[in-house]
Amino acid sequence: MAVFNIFKDLFDKLSALFSAKKDVKLGLYGPPNAGKSTLANRICKDWLGEEMSSVSAVPHETREVVVKEKIEVKSKGKSLSFNLVDTPGIATKIDYEDFLKFKINKDDAKERAKEATKGVIEAIKWLDDMDAVVVVLDSTINPYSQVNITIIGNLAARDIPVMIAANKTDLKKSDIKAIEAAFPQYPVIGMSAEKGINMDEFYDQLFKVVKK
Amino acid sequence: MNLTFKFVPFNELNGLTSEKKINRLLEFVKKDKIVLLQGRLKPSEEAWLIQKTMEQQAANKGFKGIELFTIPASRNEKIFSQMRAVVARVLLGSRDELTLIGPGTIIKEIKSNPDRSELLTTVRG
Ligand SMILES: Nc1nc2c(ncn2[C@@H]2O[C@H](COP(=O)(O)OP(=O)(O)OP(=O)(O)O)[C@@H](O)[C@H]2O)c(=O)[nH]1
Ligand SMILES: [Mg+2]
Repeated sequence: MAVFNIFKDLFDKLSALFSAKKDVKLGLYGPPNAGKSTLANRICKDWLGEEMSSVSAVPHETREVVVKEKIEVKSKGKSLSFNLVDTPGIATKIDYEDFLKFKINKDDAKERAKEATKGVIEAIKWLDDMDAVVVVLDSTINPYSQVNITIIGNLAARDIPVMIAANKTDLKKSDIKAIEAAFPQYPVIGMSAEKGINMDEFYDQLFKVVKK
Repeated sequence: MNLTFKFVPFNELNGLTSEKKINRLLEFVKKDKIVLLQGRLKPSEEAWLIQKTMEQQAANKGFKGIELFTIPASRNEKIFSQMRAVVARVLLGSRDELTLIGPGTIIKEIKSNPDRSELLTTVRG
């Protein structure tokens, strides 16, 4: 019996090693200020009890890619391990003057803008590496921007599974339908990353997208 | 700033590598032209255009990035058909897709000087 246990133990360890589930590299992409980092924190808090990213009302708060590894997420009795990648918001122009109204001084604003341009480049470079992507959009804003179209077009061209998080549904101006109309080929989940609204549906849809 | 339009017909870029295409488009935009590109870029070229724009914005103080917009060929939404109609009537007489690429300051310019007829005269001029 003891010998059997030793073998069984060895066998379990070996099989765990070889059948080890590959972690899913999940990217959060979108324009600045959509709530990517808020969602990253929400996911981390739900499953690890800690946060991973800095959130701010000032656009381009995230200027470097942030990765949190091995987040075990459970949904409807199934479990997946994610490496979560929070990316800088993608933009076609960055004007430091836009930061001044947030009481940031001119030098800091210029520095922030410069770092932000590098962040955009980094975010786009990382696109190729993703196993799946949640495109996070602020549902109070018209979704028909070229940045959104470019992000989703590039994911489609690379065959990377995509879902859209229509974030900030807690706000009056939120319009999930507008996002559904703009991107009819993709699943859209209305949610509030900040308030934690509709997270079960979000995880459910995430599992469906990853399994495809 | 004096914004003028530059129409780039499809065959002017056809045959160029993606890199040359992007560079040529950005050169126009940096000279304060609003580029009207017949057709559209591939998604990978759009992504590259954004990356190059960011690189050049970081390197060049006067350059504030770009505005980028594609007017699809087959959309019925009013705003698109109106925009396309205006542009097409002036320049193309065509129903093709169009890509507009302008300096990042363009929206501010138009807001502070909302005289569209003036923009249109620069198209003709
Ligand atoms: N009302 C509301 N506000 C939200 C929600 N999610 C995020 N926000 C707010 O939106 C702002 C931007 O949030 P971030 O998470 O920093 O946005 P981001 O997409 O990471 O932005 P960048 O890092 O600049 O690309 C912050 O003020 C958040 O508090 C939400 O679900 N509802
Ligand atoms: Mg962020």
